[in-house]
Amino acid sequence: MEPLDHLFRHESGRMVAALARIFGMHNLALAEDVTQDALCRALEVWKIQGPPDNPAGWLMTTAKHRALDLLRREQTARTFAPELARALMDEHDPASTFEELFGSAAIQDDELRMMFSCCHPRLAEDARVALILHILCGFSVGEIAAAFLTGEEAIKKRISRGKAVLAGSRRMFDLTRKDFSERLSSVHRTLYLLFNEGYHGASPEIAVRKELCDEALRLGTLLCENSLTAVPATYALLALMCLHAARLPARVDSAGDFTMLLDQDRSGWDEQLIADGQRLMDLSAKGTVLTAYHVEAAIASVHAAAKSPADTPWGAIVSFYDTLMRIRPSPVVALNRALAIAQHDGPQRGLDEIAVIADHERLANYPFYSAALAELEFRVGNMNAAKDHFLMALGLARNPMERRLLERRLADCDESKRAVNGTASLAGA
Amino acid sequence: MAQFLFLYRRPYEQAALSPAQMQQNIPKWQVWFQELTEKGHLKDRGEVLEREGKLVRGSKKNVTDGPYAEKDLVMGYTIIEARDLDQARELATGCPGLSTEMVVEVRPTMQLNP
Repeated sequence: MEPLDHLFRHESGRMVAALARIFGMHNLALAEDVTQDALCRALEVWKIQGPPDNPAGWLMTTAKHRALDLLRREQTARTFAPELARALMDEHDPASTFEELFGSAAIQDDELRMMFSCCHPRLAEDARVALILHILCGFSVGEIAAAFLTGEEAIKKRISRGKAVLAGSRRMFDLTRKDFSERLSSVHRTLYLLFNEGYHGASPEIAVRKELCDEALRLGTLLCENSLTAVPATYALLALMCLHAARLPARVDSAGDFTMLLDQDRSGWDEQLIADGQRLMDLSAKGTVLTAYHVEAAIASVHAAAKSPADTPWGAIVSFYDTLMRIRPSPVVALNRALAIAQHDGPQRGLDEIAVIADHERLANYPFYSAALAELEFRVGNMNAAKDHFLMALGLARNPMERRLLERRLADCDESKRAVNGTASLAGA
Repeated sequence: MAQFLFLYRRPYEQAALSPAQMQQNIPKWQVWFQELTEKGHLKDRGEVLEREGKLVRGSKKNVTDGPYAEKDLVMGYTIIEARDLDQARELATGCPGLSTEMVVEVRPTMQLNP
């Protein structure tokens, strides 16, 4: 049903956020119950009567009535959200306060505040990602476990521990707090990880990957729509995500096989997302701070503008990676820099750069490290070394799509070796 | 054509569905009702019932909350027109709820001139 799209998941996030603001974060479980109840009612009624004209409004009104009902019946507003208790108790009828709390601007604000709350400093990064996916994106524990190829019990524990931390804060994060900018960079980082999980993550199923990327884009767009959170780094992050998401349709070919950037059919790239990304990059250029998101977006935008790998100004890409190594150095960035150098100055120079990566042992379990070494050895013509590295990468591959790609490349090694041997014997004759 | 009541019953306690799974159910029902309508079988979509109400019993008119104790719950009904019970039963097999623990009770309305 196209018009409803991800209505249930997204409205679930909005309802939980709005209700958690009213009930307080320590009553998150109650907010979730009321939300689940509203969704169940919608399902029962819409099955038989068909969905109403404004399904989102129907759901929110149902949640609102239930919350008001709880408040009147239980007379426990005092134990609910501390900052709202007075308004709700003093009013003869809290209904008018409720209308404001369920206005669309208020709910958007609640979603943002919930996003910030989920990035609590006491939570590990993977817990932040899981909480956002569960609370704001409406994914079940089972769905998150499937996307991350992790056991359900592990995700369940991660989420319930995370919720216990949130409950301790009683109220949602206030965007005017003085640690706001610190928290904003955690939010950026979490959305970046969420996007990467979809883009590079372990789950082989294309639909899941795309949904995770779409969620990161949706939440990033929310940040850009609020004047407090729409800072240059936010625009840069969203630009980066748009420019990468533009390549998603070409990353997997019609046979369901993985295609590397250099081999992609660029006519499959999403022009609208590229245009959005370029526009956001302009907006991101306003400040004085250069973040890693700015640089990564710049790299993606150079790729997006190039018609083919041969048309790509690799020198410019190498210098962006130099900058990235200064502001956020990591072995993965160094590896990507080496690959750009290989494109610019030849595969042997790339291999030399990989050999001197600091901390390269941290890449030992990263399949792309072995695969990159293999590709460059292949191009240099060292087929035995290429095969060894491809085999190593194959042992680390996380899904059938990666495995099929590496098996194909292994076969290419054998074929090249045969061709080379053939030439050698002819020369000898 | 005879009239039949489709009673939708489901267990009181149900396995929780994720929001996405819930949403996936809705278009299936729309398709089913669309087919029933096009083939002229849908007399009345009927109503959806609240989960809880009151039970009034006996000459003492005992009133209790309910129907918690029931094994399964009537969630709603539809009125269907069909040639005979066989055809009505056949139509009920298309109900999308069957894959989510639902039972469709097919009951012919009594005819004055059988």
